[in-house]
Amino acid sequence: MKVLVCISNVPDTTTKITFTNNNTQFNTSGVQFILNPYDEIALARAVELTEGNGGTVTVINVGEASTEPTIRKALAVGATDAIRINALPQDAWFVASQIANYVKQNPFDLILTGRESIDYNGSKVAGMLGELLDIPSVSIIKKIEIEDSNAVVEREIEGGKEILTVPLPIVAGCAEGVTEPKIPNMRGIMSARTKPLTVIEPVTVETNSVIVGYETPAPRGLVKLVAADKPDQLVELLHDEASVI
Amino acid sequence: MSILVYVENAGGSFKKSAFEVLSYARAIADQNNNTLTALSIGDVDSAQLKTLAQYGADKILTVTNDKLKNFVNQAYASVIAEVAKSEGGTIVVLSNSFSGRGLAPRIGVKLKAGVADGAVALPTQIDGKFIVKKTAFSGKAFAMVELTSANKIISLTPNAYKITEHVKPGQIEEFNATLNEPDFKAMLKEIVQAADKVPLPEAEIIVSGGRGLKGPENWGMLEELAEVLGAALACSKPVSDAGWRPHSEHVGQTGIAVSPNLYIAVGISGAIQHLAGVSSSKTIVVINKDPDAPFFKVADYGIVGDAFEVVPKLITAIKNYKKAA
Repeated sequence: MKVLVCISNVPDTTTKITFTNNNTQFNTSGVQFILNPYDEIALARAVELTEGNGGTVTVINVGEASTEPTIRKALAVGATDAIRINALPQDAWFVASQIANYVKQNPFDLILTGRESIDYNGSKVAGMLGELLDIPSVSIIKKIEIEDSNAVVEREIEGGKEILTVPLPIVAGCAEGVTEPKIPNMRGIMSARTKPLTVIEPVTVETNSVIVGYETPAPRGLVKLVAADKPDQLVELLHDEASVI
Repeated sequence: MSILVYVENAGGSFKKSAFEVLSYARAIADQNNNTLTALSIGDVDSAQLKTLAQYGADKILTVTNDKLKNFVNQAYASVIAEVAKSEGGTIVVLSNSFSGRGLAPRIGVKLKAGVADGAVALPTQIDGKFIVKKTAFSGKAFAMVELTSANKIISLTPNAYKITEHVKPGQIEEFNATLNEPDFKAMLKEIVQAADKVPLPEAEIIVSGGRGLKGPENWGMLEELAEVLGAALACSKPVSDAGWRPHSEHVGQTGIAVSPNLYIAVGISGAIQHLAGVSSSKTIVVINKDPDAPFFKVADYGIVGDAFEVVPKLITAIKNYKKAA
């Protein structure tokens, strides 16, 4: 089985998010970039599904050369090889179009993404890829098993889950629960240096959205403290002042 | 030109998110002097359909077919795109629910439309620019996204827009959608629905527990607190990582982002990743024995004290208040 995992390079989860240029640009100064946590889950599952059965895992990233440390990490975790499409990711449509173009020439049995990237939280690449490749897509899965030529997936729904059988190839967006992320071992890190990382040039794609500015959430006022033995005062405040109960 | 809104139903009844997207889409229609068409897919009776008129639907289209009884991502996306084309709907609005996240990108490709996912406010339209405010950096910020395509898709964050009554004629019509065989490859085997549980993304009140509760055996009091408030239960990442609670309850940067009216955090210190997921809550209450817990800095109300003493007292106080009300 050939598995493709789409990965993105995102600010570390502990990053304090600030903007520059009159709030039109994300301030990357001092920010450490990591492999998107949901993509880590997708990658770990891809490695599990191919281990010991002759399958391969290719990771693909749309990004400039600065994303290569993140790609190497994915190789250290267990990907067989990597593709970097040499372009700044502009919007989900742009990214999905680049990946779809590659997959049309290099087919895969299974394509995994993270449920969303933790920077722009779009949850769009999986669905767009599915549509561009004309194959089923399942956004936000909690579990995936392969049975013959089908994927059996659990999809999250409000207050429960759906279990689906979908014939391969499919695209699925992995969330927590699919598996645990893998920490690379020394052998993985050493071998990652020599695994193939192919850089290909992007195709021309017209974007259909652009970020024109950012805002940060309005700060809250000072916390009002209530004495530990007077929870009835809290109930009063929640009712009279906040009007939430 | 018209605005199309897709309204999700669960077992034949419209969900709260359906009325939210409808109210939101009505406001966009009014901004642009457009008519609003609501689209329902699956078996919904006419009394239910008629409720859509109350929240601003000029026209209500219903697509029913045995094959569309349950949600099929590809097929539903095809139906919505077909209706949008046939109705001249240039703006399609839907919920950024779990299903909506599967639909929006596929419809986007079909209609060559830019997608604003996770919208939190009405679009601003200045000088021909169409800009939507959406969540970004997992709740740590908002991004203003300009949709530059002629067709536009907006998926609305649950709990972000107030349901508003706006009575319209709401004429109900059947729409005869084309069904394409390849759209039905995914076969539904089973739906597992937790009974009587308030789904976390839609919950108006959330009671959330952290490591300060010391172990899964201590969740009983949180369950009781949630029950008296009609709240959903949530937890922090260390709690779900330790297997004390299911991952589906994990709120935070790598879990679910929520925006309830009231978020009560018990024994959660308030790591930046957790705060990201709850920052758009309207009111935040923090109960923690550590007065220096970072969560207090972003809370509206706080109690410094031992959760095991405070929570039972709080439950009693709420019960007394409910009795008196």
